[in-house]
Amino acid sequence: MTLTPTGDLFPLLAAVLAALCCGLLGNFLVLRRLSLMGDAMSHSVLPGLVIAFMLTGSRTAPVMFLGATLAGVATVVLVELIKRLGRVESGAAMGVVFSVLFALGVLFIERAARNTDLDANCVLHGQLESLVWWDGPASWSGVAISGLVEAAPPQIWTLTITCGLTIALVVALYKELRLAAFDPALATAQGFSATLLHYVLMIFVAGATVAAFEAVGSILVIAMLIVPAATARLLTDRLAPQLLVSVAVAIAAAAMGYMGSIAVPHAFNKPEVNAAGSMAIMLGVLLSLAAVFGPRYGVLATATRRSRMARRIELDDLLGRLYRQEEAETATVPAPRRAIKRARRRGLVAPDRLALTDDGRARAAALVRRHRLWEAYLVDRAGLAADHVHDPAENLEHLPEALPPEMGETDPHGRPIPPI
Amino acid sequence: MSDTVVHSGHAAPTSLAERPEHSSDSPLSIHAMTVAYQRKPVLWDVDYDAPANALVAVVGPNGAGKSTLIKAALGLVPRASGLVEFWGEPYKRVRDRVAYVPQRESVDWTFPVSALDVVCMGRYRRVGWLRPVGRAHKKVALECLDRVGLADLAHRQISQLSGGQQQRVFLARALAQEGDLYVMDEPFAGVDAATERAIVALLRELREAGKTAIVVHHDLQTVPEYFDHALLLNMRVVAAGPVNEVFTRENLHKTYGGKLTLLSEAAEAVARSGLKVR
Amino acid sequence: MALARPEALLIGDVLEVLTFQGGYNTNAVLVGSAMLGLAAGVVGVFALLRKRSLVADAIGHATLPGIVIAFLIAVMLGASGRSLPVLLLGAAVSAAMAVLGIFGILKYTRLREDAAIGIVLGVFFGVGVVLLSYVQRPENVTASPAGLHHFIYGQTAAMRAGDAMLMAGIALSAVVVTAVMFKELALASFNDDYARVAGFPVSLLDGLMLGLVVLVTVAGLQAVGLILVIALLIIPPVAARLWTDRLLPLMLISGGLGALSGYIGAATSALLPRAPAGSVIVLCGGGVFVLSLLIAPKHGVVAMAGRRAVQRLRIAGEHLLEAAYEHDVSRKGDTTIPARTIRAMERLWGWPIWLGPMVIAGLRRRGHLQRTSDGYELTTTGAARGARIARNHQLWEQYLQTYADVAPGHVDWSADTVEHVLSPELVAELEAALKAKGALP
Repeated sequence: MTLTPTGDLFPLLAAVLAALCCGLLGNFLVLRRLSLMGDAMSHSVLPGLVIAFMLTGSRTAPVMFLGATLAGVATVVLVELIKRLGRVESGAAMGVVFSVLFALGVLFIERAARNTDLDANCVLHGQLESLVWWDGPASWSGVAISGLVEAAPPQIWTLTITCGLTIALVVALYKELRLAAFDPALATAQGFSATLLHYVLMIFVAGATVAAFEAVGSILVIAMLIVPAATARLLTDRLAPQLLVSVAVAIAAAAMGYMGSIAVPHAFNKPEVNAAGSMAIMLGVLLSLAAVFGPRYGVLATATRRSRMARRIELDDLLGRLYRQEEAETATVPAPRRAIKRARRRGLVAPDRLALTDDGRARAAALVRRHRLWEAYLVDRAGLAADHVHDPAENLEHLPEALPPEMGETDPHGRPIPPI
Repeated sequence: MSDTVVHSGHAAPTSLAERPEHSSDSPLSIHAMTVAYQRKPVLWDVDYDAPANALVAVVGPNGAGKSTLIKAALGLVPRASGLVEFWGEPYKRVRDRVAYVPQRESVDWTFPVSALDVVCMGRYRRVGWLRPVGRAHKKVALECLDRVGLADLAHRQISQLSGGQQQRVFLARALAQEGDLYVMDEPFAGVDAATERAIVALLRELREAGKTAIVVHHDLQTVPEYFDHALLLNMRVVAAGPVNEVFTRENLHKTYGGKLTLLSEAAEAVARSGLKVR
Repeated sequence: MALARPEALLIGDVLEVLTFQGGYNTNAVLVGSAMLGLAAGVVGVFALLRKRSLVADAIGHATLPGIVIAFLIAVMLGASGRSLPVLLLGAAVSAAMAVLGIFGILKYTRLREDAAIGIVLGVFFGVGVVLLSYVQRPENVTASPAGLHHFIYGQTAAMRAGDAMLMAGIALSAVVVTAVMFKELALASFNDDYARVAGFPVSLLDGLMLGLVVLVTVAGLQAVGLILVIALLIIPPVAARLWTDRLLPLMLISGGLGALSGYIGAATSALLPRAPAGSVIVLCGGGVFVLSLLIAPKHGVVAMAGRRAVQRLRIAGEHLLEAAYEHDVSRKGDTTIPARTIRAMERLWGWPIWLGPMVIAGLRRRGHLQRTSDGYELTTTGAARGARIARNHQLWEQYLQTYADVAPGHVDWSADTVEHVLSPELVAELEAALKAKGALP
């Protein structure tokens, strides 16, 4: 059966919506160091779904949601209980709870719910393909809004409602959730019960997990919850931008992952691969890009900053040494050739011999001034011994923005402090 | 049979007769409070009434239960027994009037918020559920930041502040709560000289404004200079009252044991500040 | 397996399997699963102590891409792709890469451990799912990938004796390495900084520990499956923690509980064809844990609650006796304590309503307190006991004041007598001090 161009609309929409609500909620998990609660939740929602199904024989959204939410709350309560009673850290407590619950879910699926479409494999990678619009119009021009509304499978509506509620929650309780994540004690003290907010958040995470279950299965939800927020955390310093970036990352990864799972294998004349897994891979790619190229916290940026600082310190040391050499008229001191070359290029050291130019002398004087001011300050105010202040001063002199107050005309060793 | 009141200063409450209600003027009254972690008691039968409009230092050796005292009073750690009242009322009813400054390590400073955001958190109770922080509240928060000398750094992310500046952000947040009682857990721990001066100035300001501050403090030497009341704590209340009455050699010895250098330093400090050591 | 009959189990069948009479294959699987449980229990203790339990979760999930890639490579090279050692090798390699991934994230970004584990778990598993969907299309790969998905949920029913031997062999080697390196691993997991200063290569030991986790994970893939293998590593140690506080017993108990759940789980799975072995083994472990949580004498819920209740009643009883005794002393002659005064005391002490009646009942049962017309009265023994408690508290107080710098850690107000904690000489000294103050009769 060939697919019309509009056939992918609903799976794609489902993937994007699932990523959106998981990605948004994941921020609060990552910030509260509860990422693994997402892990636990995504595993332990399974028995909730299965038991709800077994009890009611229905796979309608409200039943599934109720079952999963109860399982989610049970997870949180059980983890808390085992943490307290079993005297273990929360990671281990979560491990105990979710593995047992997941095992229960798998057993029930295998033994009782076998004859339904709820099978153990869709737990792993979702069933986006079941949303494909087989009898959709042949081209986009034939698509009408009313037709879309009519054709949309129920899963799309579930996801839309979940997303809407999640966004509403985060917008309405933005300030409360932020406070509870940053300082639960203050939140409680101010009358915003941190425990209540925690449970509200967890219920939403459970809900998002169920909604996303159709799209990505129950294991890959963890990637959807954690990776967008983690990526955003590497790129931003404020919560609101972090939320926006995480949502953008989630949507981009979902869309690119879904389309890539079809387009890339097709380019090699192979059938498409699993879409949910591809989305997880896309998330991994985006995270790696942020980790390497992030403007402030990326590996490259950090390395560049560090090497620039190292070079500046090298240069400063050379200038300082030459200045002191001029002062004391001692013999030449060895210096790394790289630093000398750089100093000459900037016109700080004379091109023909190892001596300061006027520019170089001015900069060196400022440097030596900072050094000696610090020495004087440390002896006078911090009460350090005169022979212990060289090293700290050596570190402080490289920070032009930190300058101690005026300390007289000589340093503790009796050498003059160069005037400005 | 009439109930009579018998006082003698030790362990369990000494009279079967009900004690007269503590004065409702006292911003913080603690009755017979015991706190235990696992089986070990940390605080045993603490009775204390904080004076109104005063700066109170809570001092004592390591492990004496100083932080536990204020955390238990605020309900942050469970009490094994005892009652705590603020102005004669349970904490829940007067939350607005109590501002708590926790130890700096209690939060994650890489959290994605600015200094101003943190101070605004002190206004949340006034803002209420669901509503965003309005301009008026932000203005108050900015003023509070200004009072601790950090107005310039309002929009810095909090991990980019120094330890002392972070401490001052916490103080500004407590100021923003506009309470009548300020409970501070080691605000002077590990801060630079500028911050220490700022905190001291702030404490005096609070006293001028008729507020009370209860401060867990670790430096005996500065107690006479910074505070007017002291609570000497070592699992139990050893002594409490105005600094010059409480800081006696005997009391300090009872609190700290035989660490003589420490004691003589403290006594010297008392002498320097012009108080009389009895 | 021979016994895999669809319905209606007979007790005879159960006994047959449990007593190793279910045939060679079944026996091999039972022994292998028990060995696996033992190894996981032993290795898991260190993972738990190092707070690395959930790293094992990421390791488990991260084996999936390795298994599929190993399969693909084997097929490309013309082998069958069903060779267990090859698949397990692939699993081990990708698990090791996952560990490196976690440490890379921790080292080079500002993300925390929980996020790093979640990221690696999700992304590796995603790669695995994509690869699995690729090999499952017959037009992509000629060899049948049937059996690969057994690694996800585990399937003892499909295991042959040889597979079980391999599993037992890997598990055994993990146990042997742990036994040999016990001392070093214990030191590194207890106090890594100290171990580092003492000259132990802590990073190497850490690597070894995670290597053992990888080994056990890989061994358990066939029987338990990669999603649930974490349970083997985590549940027995957490359960054993409730039984003991010492390391060696902890490891022995944990290994024993692990072996037990492996054995029972594998046997059950052998009997119930549609019960995935992984789930059953994990649920057995879960059962063992719940049981431990309830009945473990050391930290079990029942024992703890009992001890706490006894403790609380005792402290409360002492409070009341002491107060009653002092009431007597302060008012010679009329020794009746009105009931309403007791109620007022309870309020002051912040007692919940049920505590007072229980305390009074206890004191009356022991003959310390007796009812009078309008209240209660101390008996002679009650007065004596009250006096002793009051003296104890005064001595403790004196001790706190005299030895304030060392005291707080030693004080135990609820100790029956001070002499149990402090030396008789010290008590005599404190008594003398109190008498000098006139505080002690």
